[in-house]
Amino acid sequence: MASIQNAVLDLKNLDLLANGNSAIHRLDARAKVLITLVFILCVVSNNRYELTTLLPFFIFPVVMISLADLPPLFILRKIILLCPFVVAVGIFNPVFDQVILLQIGPLGISGGWISFASILVRSILTVGAAFILVGVTGFTAVCQALERLGMPQVFAVQLLFLYRYIFVLTEESGRASRARELRSCGKKGQGIGSYSSMVGHLLLRTWQRAERIHMAMLARGFTGEFHASRQSRFGASEIRFVLAWSTLFIFLRLQNVSQLLGSLITGLFP
Amino acid sequence: MHMADALLSPAVGGTLWAASAGTIAYCSSKVRKDIDDSKIPLMGVLGAFIFAAQMINFSIPVTGSSGHLGGGLILTILLGPYAAFLTIASVLVVQALFFADGGLLALGCNIFNLGFFPAFIASPFIYKKIIGNRPTATKISVASVLAAIAGLQMGALSVVLETVSSGISSLPFSTFVAMMLPIHLAIGIVEGLVTASVVSFVYKARPEIMNSALEARPIGNHPVRNIAAVFLAVTVVTGGFVSRFASNNPDGLEWSITKVTGLEELKAPEQGLHVALNALQERIAFLPGYSFRKPDQKTKIEASKPETAPTDQIKQTEQKADDQKNPVATGIAGLVGGTISLGLALLIGYILKRKHRTE
Repeated sequence: MASIQNAVLDLKNLDLLANGNSAIHRLDARAKVLITLVFILCVVSNNRYELTTLLPFFIFPVVMISLADLPPLFILRKIILLCPFVVAVGIFNPVFDQVILLQIGPLGISGGWISFASILVRSILTVGAAFILVGVTGFTAVCQALERLGMPQVFAVQLLFLYRYIFVLTEESGRASRARELRSCGKKGQGIGSYSSMVGHLLLRTWQRAERIHMAMLARGFTGEFHASRQSRFGASEIRFVLAWSTLFIFLRLQNVSQLLGSLITGLFP
Repeated sequence: MHMADALLSPAVGGTLWAASAGTIAYCSSKVRKDIDDSKIPLMGVLGAFIFAAQMINFSIPVTGSSGHLGGGLILTILLGPYAAFLTIASVLVVQALFFADGGLLALGCNIFNLGFFPAFIASPFIYKKIIGNRPTATKISVASVLAAIAGLQMGALSVVLETVSSGISSLPFSTFVAMMLPIHLAIGIVEGLVTASVVSFVYKARPEIMNSALEARPIGNHPVRNIAAVFLAVTVVTGGFVSRFASNNPDGLEWSITKVTGLEELKAPEQGLHVALNALQERIAFLPGYSFRKPDQKTKIEASKPETAPTDQIKQTEQKADDQKNPVATGIAGLVGGTISLGLALLIGYILKRKHRTE
């Protein structure tokens, strides 16, 4: 019961972050979508045993969070609830891959552990990039950017519709679920019987709501597209933003900066 | 069973992205042309409904676990394949952005795994065949369970194929299949039962919804054939393109193409961006991979085939006498440098934040 309310609250909090007004927030959404994709591609294209090459990539989320003034702990907490599937699949790497790749004193580290750590770091970076994109852009702007980058209009309208009604319907389902829980006093009534009639009713109400919405939209002259209130353009600062970051990402991808730094230090202080 | 960015190679991710994007474009044009516009708000609101309904759980007796509604099949039953595919895709986009289910690169895989199979395979070939023209409660139950199982099994198998051909996870194909399929058999049975009970409820309460969905035959004679053609074309184009220069591994897609066709045509290109970048890297890098640069041939092999790097490093462990390539030194250098770069990143963030505050 609490989890539904919490999930909705979390969704709203993440959505509210996009109302900020930093230099990053003001950039055209297309620039931010493009650079997030470049970032993810550069991160995931690394070899499976690369761990140290990945670490310098943390510069992007850290700088974006600070420049856009996002709450770092909130983002971190969301990232830590990592997709359990990744951990479940990744944890088998140490089991199947036991070749020792790294020897630090008496401690031998197998390739499996290195690739597992690499999977975790990849996961943090890519998931973090997605959250940051939403936090500095907002869902609506991301959709509009995708549409201007060539996504079909029908799908863009679908995404915007879905997003508008998620809040309404999750709250409704949260209320229904809470009512069921209060009435069932523990176990009885939590089974599939009451569940299906509850979800069925929710579905029917949703259906009727859609019919009302459609009539209301027709009355207001809906022709199949949504209009954005703020039109931004892809100007000089967007080009600078995309060029600077993508140059950095490609450099970090091709050069093991950690290795460079480390050999500098360990070479100086042996 | 959301696929995740961290387990994907760019070639596999990019190919499925393109495939899903192509299918979305095809479905969008179909929906725009053929479906009356009262369906547009219906699609949006039903997507939100799936989102909301997935948050409600019911308890499964004996096992102590809980289940919830899966989205794909019920949407296809209510909306027909094209609109359902778009709706599932939109739900997955929101999940990828707000709940980190998977990630942005894995979105293509997820849309394909969770949208394509229920909408274009399980529903037309299993659900509709069993239901026929006169639905009854029993038929609906049997059809939903079977279609849900089939859809989820295909989706799970495709997750396995994507993961194995990406080569980030070390799980062998057989072990992974043996894990995924039984789990998803159980999930499929539960999803099928839930879908059946909800659909039966709707059928009893408002049969006209179900009937109109049944009458709305998929437009065109062979929807699956068209979709498959789009998918295949996009896959071939991007598979060849992406795997040639976005990935530097002789990766799983090429591997599977070789296996399937028996040809080795898709060898790494002799020229092109990939090779040029490698040459550039070789020239600049005095620390390629984890070892120091050596003037001999070996570096070249290592740079052009990072896949073989681990075995090279094993060899290097054996050649400890040659202390210039000592993996201990390079490993420690990597770890130290990684920690430093992480620290530097955080420091830069801290400074920027301070500056931001004082402004």
